[in-house]
Amino acid sequence: MADVPSDAPQHCPGTSSEQAGKTSACQGCPNQSLCASGAAKAPDPAIEEIKVKLATVKHKIVVLSGKGGVGKSTFSANLAHALASDASTEVALLDVDICGPSVPKIMGVEGEQVHQSGSGWSPVYVEDNLAVMSIGFLLGSPDDAVIWRGPKKNGMIKQFLRDVDWGELDYLIVDTPPGTSDEHLSVVQYLSAARIDGAVIITTPQEVSLQDVRKEIRFCQKVNLPVIGVVENMSGFECPKCKNTSQIFPPTTGGAERMCEELGLPLLGKVPLDPRIGKNCDEGKSFLSEVPDSAAALAYQDAHFASRTVNTRINVLFITDQNSVHVYFIILWSLQDLLKNNVA
Amino acid sequence: MEQSGGEENFARVRHVLLVLSGKGGVGKSTVTVELALAFRQAGKKVGILDVDLCGPSIPRMLRVCRPEVHQCEAGWVPVYTDQQQNLALMSIGFLLEDPDEAVVWRGPKKTALIGQFVRDVAWGELDILLVDTPPGTSDEHLAVVENLRKHKIDGAVLVTTPQAVSTGDVRREITFCKKTGVQILGLIENMSGFVCPHCSECSNIFSKGGGEELAKLTGSEFLGSVPLDPLLTHSLEEGSNFLQAFPESATFSAINNIAQKLLLHMKDG
Repeated sequence: MADVPSDAPQHCPGTSSEQAGKTSACQGCPNQSLCASGAAKAPDPAIEEIKVKLATVKHKIVVLSGKGGVGKSTFSANLAHALASDASTEVALLDVDICGPSVPKIMGVEGEQVHQSGSGWSPVYVEDNLAVMSIGFLLGSPDDAVIWRGPKKNGMIKQFLRDVDWGELDYLIVDTPPGTSDEHLSVVQYLSAARIDGAVIITTPQEVSLQDVRKEIRFCQKVNLPVIGVVENMSGFECPKCKNTSQIFPPTTGGAERMCEELGLPLLGKVPLDPRIGKNCDEGKSFLSEVPDSAAALAYQDAHFASRTVNTRINVLFITDQNSVHVYFIILWSLQDLLKNNVA
Repeated sequence: MEQSGGEENFARVRHVLLVLSGKGGVGKSTVTVELALAFRQAGKKVGILDVDLCGPSIPRMLRVCRPEVHQCEAGWVPVYTDQQQNLALMSIGFLLEDPDEAVVWRGPKKTALIGQFVRDVAWGELDILLVDTPPGTSDEHLAVVENLRKHKIDGAVLVTTPQAVSTGDVRREITFCKKTGVQILGLIENMSGFVCPHCSECSNIFSKGGGEELAKLTGSEFLGSVPLDPLLTHSLEEGSNFLQAFPESATFSAINNIAQKLLLHMKDG
């Protein structure tokens, strides 16, 4: 299924199939003898190289959604910022959205360049402990379109994983484009030996989005990628003037909550639709620093508080205030808690 | 694969519009559905081809969830959403046994299916065929343009939301259109301001004006903005006809204006 080259003859059986090099379609193909020898069936050597390269990365999290524009990059960026707000935690964010890289803008490092060093490409650092890599850094102008078909995108992703000098990391967060296609398969395949902790799935509350997200969860099951949990984004909007909440993207089928119940998945949290989040993304600032003195931000840096159970922490916060910043921290705590026993 | 069939199937399709956006979730499918309904209301025979293979949304938005696709001599018969057969639809959603099934396909397979979709659907007589695409500038888009070029593409309608993160991706889509020689008919700004139903205060949840700015910057026509309207998202969830249900709303007139402008374009073209 995954191994028919784009320039293959019609009815190519796939380079790793039993029939490779042996069917009538293979007659005249320049790679016929190579396929017939079985060399193409062997796993890509890059998988092993990537395992060695990423041996110093404790946790690898993939952020997925079947639907576009639900906030994958926003969530990935804020998660990276939140994790990195603890100066002793090394965090990296890898953007594998080849055709629509938004991470450079959201992280406020648009226009930066990637440098080459002896140990590979150096990522762009947003903070001392927060590294970012994206194809956006390799493009000459913001108008440059990456009009690539699958195989070329896969090659780029392989390079991102194998050739970037990530150094020692506590967390590598991989932000993906929407769908269940080349980029997703490549990330999962190239990281198969290095082991991924799991996927965080992002959705919005309406069924039009959930129907795509169910497909993404099915994808995770097919490729044996554990789902750490689901985040519902754009979940209700509180009017800044009259404080009434509107369901702009109505959860007509029960939203992420019902889906999680049905599929037996943890719902990590529901992030309200907050104009400040979008604004900060456009400006490339961390949304969490918008309210630096918020109870959650302070609590996060308080070791005593952090040592308490997630539920206690959530209860303490709920008494004080519940806003989108806090929801983010609650998601973060739940995530860290779920990953605690998961050391590579 | 045979190249025949396609010619005949497209012989009676007068105009082809692509709905594109570099960014996901900005409302490509929403715009496609609403434009199709508006064109139909204007007395046109309309078809929608949904080439979003990994996330087909149109069937649900038009409430045609589990039909069977029939074969005829000329190819696949599209699914008609109305008795008068004025709105035809073809989507990969119709070919899946289980609606939750993931289409885990790499590019070459997607390209092959899109080729077949473009060639083998017996559209019959159509005034306008709208092609709804997934986000990006990759396999699906190249396949659509390559397969449709030999017939005719009137041009592309680009959809964006107002914020910079979205217009940034749409700039790349504009470059795609230029490189592949697809004419840009104009830009639509979607999710442009939300009017609170309780106090009528307008909040620009995803910023404001980005679409118009981008149109100026790139020398494209700005077709109009569609507000973030819960009534619209709601009717798409239920698959009901928004244009029929709320003919008084600002959203209705916004969509209708855009549709009229596009109809004018096609008259000239």
